[in-house]
Amino acid sequence: MAQPQTMDQAAAPEAGAQQATDMTLSVFRGDATAGEEREYRVPVGPGMVVLDAVHWLQANVDSTIACRWNCKAARCGSCSADINGHPGLMCKTRLDDFVGQVVHVRPMRTFPIIKDLVTDVSWNYKVAKQIQPFTPAQPAPFVMYQRDVDRGQEFRRCIECFLCQNVCHVLREHSGMDRYFGPRFMIKIAELEMHPMDTADRVDLLAGGGGLGFCNITKCCQEVCPEHIHITDNAIIPLKERTADRYWDPIRRLFRRRRTG
Amino acid sequence: METGMDSIERFEYDVLVLGAGGAGLRAAIGAAQDGVRVAVICKSLLGKAHTVMAEGGVAAAMGNVDPADGWQTHFYDTMRSGHFINNYRTAEIFAKEAPDRVFELESWGALFDRTPEGKIMQRPFGAHTFRRLCHVGDRTGLELIRTLQYKGIHCGIDIFQEVTTTRLLKDGERVAGAIGYERESGRFLLWRAKAVVLATGGWGKVYKVTSNSWESTGDGAAIAYRADAELQDMEMVQFHPTGMVWPPGVRGILVTEGVRGEGGILVNAEGRRFMQDYDPKRMELSSRDVVARSIHKEVQAGRGTPHGGAWLDITHRGAEFIRRKLPNMYDQFLHLADIDITKTKFEVAPTIHYTMGGVRADPETCATNVPGLFAAGEVACGLHGANRLGGNSLSDLLVFGRRAGEAAREYAMGLTVLPGVDDGEVRLEQERVLRPFAVEAGENPYQLHAELQQVMGEHAGIARDGASLQAGLDKIMALQERAGRIGVSGSRMYNPGWHTALDVGNMLLLCEAIFRGALAREESRGAQWRTDHPDELEDFGRINFVEYRDGDTMRLKTYPVSPMPPELAALFASDVAPGLATAPAVGPAAGGRE
Repeated sequence: MAQPQTMDQAAAPEAGAQQATDMTLSVFRGDATAGEEREYRVPVGPGMVVLDAVHWLQANVDSTIACRWNCKAARCGSCSADINGHPGLMCKTRLDDFVGQVVHVRPMRTFPIIKDLVTDVSWNYKVAKQIQPFTPAQPAPFVMYQRDVDRGQEFRRCIECFLCQNVCHVLREHSGMDRYFGPRFMIKIAELEMHPMDTADRVDLLAGGGGLGFCNITKCCQEVCPEHIHITDNAIIPLKERTADRYWDPIRRLFRRRRTG
Repeated sequence: METGMDSIERFEYDVLVLGAGGAGLRAAIGAAQDGVRVAVICKSLLGKAHTVMAEGGVAAAMGNVDPADGWQTHFYDTMRSGHFINNYRTAEIFAKEAPDRVFELESWGALFDRTPEGKIMQRPFGAHTFRRLCHVGDRTGLELIRTLQYKGIHCGIDIFQEVTTTRLLKDGERVAGAIGYERESGRFLLWRAKAVVLATGGWGKVYKVTSNSWESTGDGAAIAYRADAELQDMEMVQFHPTGMVWPPGVRGILVTEGVRGEGGILVNAEGRRFMQDYDPKRMELSSRDVVARSIHKEVQAGRGTPHGGAWLDITHRGAEFIRRKLPNMYDQFLHLADIDITKTKFEVAPTIHYTMGGVRADPETCATNVPGLFAAGEVACGLHGANRLGGNSLSDLLVFGRRAGEAAREYAMGLTVLPGVDDGEVRLEQERVLRPFAVEAGENPYQLHAELQQVMGEHAGIARDGASLQAGLDKIMALQERAGRIGVSGSRMYNPGWHTALDVGNMLLLCEAIFRGALAREESRGAQWRTDHPDELEDFGRINFVEYRDGDTMRLKTYPVSPMPPELAALFASDVAPGLATAPAVGPAAGGRE
């Protein structure tokens, strides 16, 4: 309220003192060269999330623990991590889901480690630049109806937490960063391709450098999306249909062969 | 421990933009034309800036839903809510240009919610006469930043991610660039530049209960002040009426005004819709200062909710409507508080949201008093006066981000050579930044941050009085002393303790400015409520308080508020908003009920 002398990150456990219990957090500590998990005891109050616990450790135990975060409200997509083997946002993962367990917090697995919970996600920003931006025939204002923008709006909910990139088999198990843009950028392309006013064509990019063909639709990306975007069903599969139409439709293939001689 | 001076990587640009929220990105896009070399420095990853947290919408009088709306009415609402210490010319430019800036976003790929006629949908919001906020559900800020981000990366701009700027460099009076460090490695970087645009946002993190993300530590305002820029209206800090209250970990997280815009009502512990006692005309959609104060008064009178707030109830709009128009709110309460807002009312209480004050900027060009330094967005001051209207922040970023970027470009093109950099000054700054590593058993930066937040909550909250403000200022000055002895451990690699140590120094400076302004303004106006001076006084309505540096001492002076020209002043001749006066047949939408 007006005199908000109550809880901040550091004091949160005290605030709910009557219900506070201790939990063990096992946090990865290390850098690109080496590292291991280290165990810490953390007092836990009602409603605390994993990010609160990491902040408590920074303020009270070791101020060098590195983690990314911004909003603490699941809007910015900065605090992605691997929590007890499940990829998720630290700000949205409640500690009371793990009562009686040790909570293992590790960095995302697919990206190179910088330090502790912070990974190098710069590859994603390089991919983003390779996609032709929105290209309308004329400037706004546009007449577009809600039904025309519903699908695009679903994709634009993306908070770029890169959890989908993190679990993508092509990127994770097969180190396919040189061949596939990954689910995040499939929905980016889908959003542009499905925009009623866009005039560009990204199908060749999808079939070529974008590497859409490498996705074998395991839907892991869709399962971890904190924004519940139907990445595979609503973006990747329709995009695969578009590329298939152009590249594998037998009649079109015939025409293309004739053109290219 | 690394205390020795080391190498510094140097870069040269025409325009350097500090900050990659809405204002910074829009400025960079505006600057990057005609071969002008532009760099953007951001403290976080690109696209994570505090702009993503904006929820309700972007205010622009395009009249898609209420055709009687126009720039005059938007101007009128903005000035009235700012209690007339805003710069009228800033507000005029703003109201006139906001619609074009929103259309521009649409041209760059933004997908706003639509009206049945296929236009951009506009929703009602507090103290806006008409339905005016273009929006995308309750994630409008994300839409804005993502659109600018994906426009920006194709404009040939260099982007430095996760880099903190610690000092502006000057060549005589003129800005000459900036110095900073990479958060990842702790390595120093130096950018020489002809012009610098400050777009670093506000300093909501000086309070504990805040809707602001970690970045909002006011670095830009602090480094501008140290480079002799003037800070204005620093006492004006906005309490958003509705932040989350329970559980403790989420206290302060924003509950969008869109909940009230879409029909949500506020009730006290006795079940009374109490806004009828404070503003019967506008009810829940009164201005933020009024609603926040009303909730505060209800709690003080013993009519608060179990955790010291008010109930907000939107269940009557139905589950499907709520999930479609307020999806993030639905998700946020379900996940973080175990509350289904489609089925039950929930607790809200005021939370720090926005800093109206900041670096005094020119209405036309966003130029500050330091040649070559421009300011736009929350760090700048001039548009909002004593209280910001919801939705005006996002259009502020666009209108003045563009103007700052273009003015910086023109200024830079007018200089034939890069201003010089003094290596001695650079070395001193490196020493200052690295000093915490050399302090053995020093003060804990997190502890100091917690203490300064405690002081601000206790002495610079919603209700203020002279004696308490003076006591708060004394405590802040004592904390500034202790901040000189902050010590940190570990290496320079991604070291949050070290980052916080530098943030705390900036925040303490801005706390001092808030107290000095609040003490000097011996009246109540907008966000500033002095219980010992409860009335709004005409004399104070004619001045802005400005803080500036005199050696190591902060001084206060006043500037007169520029009087409006007759044609604008005439808009306020009656108590009726211009759009309502000229077209009374079109019903008012204020109140937002359908």
